[in-house]
Amino acid sequence: MDFVTFFALAIPLVVIAIMVIAHPSPVYSALFLVLTLFLLAVYFLFLDAHMVAALQIIVYAGAIMVLFLFVIMLLNLQSDTQPTPSRGLGRAAIIGGVILVAELGLLLQRSSSEQAESALPENFGTVEALGSQLFTTYLLPFEITGILLLVAVVGAVVLAKR
Amino acid sequence: MIDFLITFSLTLLMVLMVLNLGGLLLWVERKGSAVLQDRIGANRAAVFGKLPFNLGIVNTLVADPIKLFTKEDFVPQGADKLLHTLAPAIGLVPLLVTFIVIPFGDVLIIGGREITLQAANLNIGILYVLAMVSLSVYGVVLGGWASNNRWALLGGIRGSAQMISYEIPLGLALIGVVLAFGSLDLQEITRAQGALIGGWIPAWGIVYQPVAFLIFLAAGIAESKRIPFDLPEAESELISGYFTEYSGSKQAMFMLGDFVEAIIVAGLITTLFFGGWQVPFLLRDGFHFPWGGTLALPSLLVTLLQVGAFTLKVLFFCWLQIMIRWTLPRFRYDQLISLGWKILLPLALANVMLTALIILLFE
Repeated sequence: MDFVTFFALAIPLVVIAIMVIAHPSPVYSALFLVLTLFLLAVYFLFLDAHMVAALQIIVYAGAIMVLFLFVIMLLNLQSDTQPTPSRGLGRAAIIGGVILVAELGLLLQRSSSEQAESALPENFGTVEALGSQLFTTYLLPFEITGILLLVAVVGAVVLAKR
Repeated sequence: MIDFLITFSLTLLMVLMVLNLGGLLLWVERKGSAVLQDRIGANRAAVFGKLPFNLGIVNTLVADPIKLFTKEDFVPQGADKLLHTLAPAIGLVPLLVTFIVIPFGDVLIIGGREITLQAANLNIGILYVLAMVSLSVYGVVLGGWASNNRWALLGGIRGSAQMISYEIPLGLALIGVVLAFGSLDLQEITRAQGALIGGWIPAWGIVYQPVAFLIFLAAGIAESKRIPFDLPEAESELISGYFTEYSGSKQAMFMLGDFVEAIIVAGLITTLFFGGWQVPFLLRDGFHFPWGGTLALPSLLVTLLQVGAFTLKVLFFCWLQIMIRWTLPRFRYDQLISLGWKILLPLALANVMLTALIILLFE
């Protein structure tokens, strides 16, 4: 991904991501989040990760965000019914943000020197490559994620039955 | 440059064909429903006076579009003007670009150049289709919300729940096909269906995956929001659901979107379960019959036969969907949701497990 493409995507992406939290209407916030996720998928396309890009759109932009909108519309949330965030929450957000930026900086420092120049393996980002990685090298994290999702599903059913 | 021109014209051809077929389906629907219900149907606008068999072609293909595009474009008071205007386009555009991955022929050879008759050859073809179809939900949801109308909002909410629910059996039915053919690329899947089982039966997807076909058909009709799954627009209870407050060309876009979705379902059923552009026993150099005879054909004729076969199959499944629409009554909402989650989903899961088991045991 060259310099121009990166910034042509990054600047709108950051602006839209800020709009997610800055826009007063919950529906518009959710829509800006959809746009953010969509642009991220475009990023993955430019990075040769086609499978991840498709999954990003199917799962996040196409399914989870529709449910977000569903809930917002069902509860008929308006901008004036939003509770004002408490002070503690604001402080926690700032601390969390600082930690995240520090972590990203560390990661960037470590990765940029070693991996940037090396060429990608031949079938990088294809369904076969991703699938075999998931079911061999990363089998345990994969299964744990599956169990976590199962717990969430069971929890939702229990709550709904009350 | 010439590669770009070829891709560009293939894409343009696909989009224009789909838009035209969408308009044509409106006529099939009007006149077909009239035949089924023993009515005369659209017969007012006629060019050559009163013909004995006025088929209503002028009505639906000329008069209706003129009416739709010259009507007042009404935005209700208190509606969100921006989203109200954008919603029909958000619903239609992802559907139109879906067709670029559907192959409509094998190769066209012109002047020594081999052109694959598929606008975009993606190795994640099926996933691309699912991604685009899942994005089109926003048209329904936003159209319902932005209209500032209770009926429209209910339609939008129903639509989002229904389309999310039926995407899951739809995707799982596709996984069965992917397992059977070992590829996500629609052109490769179609090529694999040119083989013969036992020298006689074409190895079409329906032979390997009959259950997946039925699940896909049901879930596909539900995705295109047509009767018996038309709860989001249910005229008798919600006026016309999420597009109650739409008029003129915006409403036309919503209507066209439904037809385009029906064409997508027909195109995918053709490609995945009925051999796509394959004609039984037709190879690249002509017919090879199982009883031993061969009939050599020029390459151009073979390509034309393949494109013709694909078109015929797609037209047949479009017609089938319209006939289903005018034959069945509408589900109740709880029936719709429990059909999706309690019948189609377990059935699709069982189909995937069984397919995987058979592949594991025999290969």
